[in-house]
Amino acid sequence: MAEHRLQVPLDDESVAKLKAGDRVFLTGTILTGRDTAHKRMVDLLLQGESLPFDIDGQVIYYVGPSPAKPGDVIGSAGPTTSGRMDAYTPLLIEKGLRGMIGKGSRSAEVKEAMKTHKAVYFAAIGGAGALIAKSIKKAEVIAYDELGPEAVRKLWVEDFPVIVVNDIYGNDLYEEGVKEYRRA
Amino acid sequence: MIKEGADLVVARPGAALREIDVQIVADEVARMVQEANYDLNQDVIDSLHKGLAGEESPAGQEILRQIIQNAEIAHGERVPICQDTGFAVIFMEIGQDVHFVGGSLEEAINAGVARGYTEGYLRKSILKDPLKGGNTGDNTPAIVHYDIVPGDKVKMKILPKGGGSENMSAVGMLKPADGVEGVKRFVLDRVAQAGPNPCPPIIVGVGIGGTFDKVAYLAKKAITRPVGQYHSDPDIRALEEELLSKVNDLGIGPQGLGGRTTALWLAIETHPRHIASFPVAVNIQCHAARQKDIII
Repeated sequence: MAEHRLQVPLDDESVAKLKAGDRVFLTGTILTGRDTAHKRMVDLLLQGESLPFDIDGQVIYYVGPSPAKPGDVIGSAGPTTSGRMDAYTPLLIEKGLRGMIGKGSRSAEVKEAMKTHKAVYFAAIGGAGALIAKSIKKAEVIAYDELGPEAVRKLWVEDFPVIVVNDIYGNDLYEEGVKEYRRA
Repeated sequence: MIKEGADLVVARPGAALREIDVQIVADEVARMVQEANYDLNQDVIDSLHKGLAGEESPAGQEILRQIIQNAEIAHGERVPICQDTGFAVIFMEIGQDVHFVGGSLEEAINAGVARGYTEGYLRKSILKDPLKGGNTGDNTPAIVHYDIVPGDKVKMKILPKGGGSENMSAVGMLKPADGVEGVKRFVLDRVAQAGPNPCPPIIVGVGIGGTFDKVAYLAKKAITRPVGQYHSDPDIRALEEELLSKVNDLGIGPQGLGGRTTALWLAIETHPRHIASFPVAVNIQCHAARQKDIII
């Protein structure tokens, strides 16, 4: 298992060197989006309209942070379950989305889209939102403010810790890791 | 039968009712929802350390260390352990000699939830209408379970329940012929299918018996039992031990990335059942197993 420090948004070269199981520290900017934001994005795309923000080459973090205390950048900000975004994700990947951060397994359709369009899926530690928030240096709502925790934010991150679950070569850490430790 | 016009409340001579102002309940709820979200109880922290000591996977060890560090940050800085600060599930055990005064009990509980979630910078995750949506803006209403018990005390337990682990829960109406083997299969299949989604290491609550509604309640009750405390019935305890060991043999591990620590604990609650029914329920709790209780 390798360790990488990468700039986000991700370029082709960075994506190509990532393998399932690698630990990665991301620095740069990422977007946030979860259930309702995903539905809105896909509804717009299906109507042939453009999105209120650019997703080409971007990484989306599935998170609905808790409110920031006065003086803080953000509240707790750990990942939510990615599977709920599976229905919307293949289209977003087709439109240029390069990476996703969440927790939990992805559908066969999402994995196929990742292989075809060279996108990666990272896991952040679910339930470690207070710790993860330390690597978020700035947060700004860029769309759907009325959705509260579900609004789309741009996050400026420094050494944001993630693990590669699905790489562009079809490997899946959830399947491989569990096989190694299963006793039955 | 109570005759029309008869006095509905007849004080039994000598029976003293203890009055409790609902404002006290509101204040305690407001305090407890915040403390529950910032401070993991010691039994859960101890079980995370125990998991770390026995974890074989290096990635699993690193994840457990970060989960422990996260709990320390949340406690020290008074920020939520997890951004999903939950649906406020509240168990009320009300002594039958208690008389609540000063307003509606349930309104007071919800006022406490609203105040606690707002003052404590906790996330508001409740949608007013399950079909049409619309955030209620203050995390109300709470889910309240009332039990009337002997005595003049009120015991309140607050469990901010996250959505990710709740979603991996299930009720099964098994056939009596499925027996205890059917229960084991149901629980293990459920945990295996949940995999990484409910944020392992998890706590597994199992209900056996009762009716469709009762068994889900039993499973939820089971996750509130302190980690390390087995059922008092030796047969149920043996089943708890066996199932916990088998759950950990699934290899799911911390965050589902493989390892020995899939569950920190597994608790079973049972209830008599109908001759024709054999309900089983699994309620899953993530490692951010937050709860606080108080006796008023």
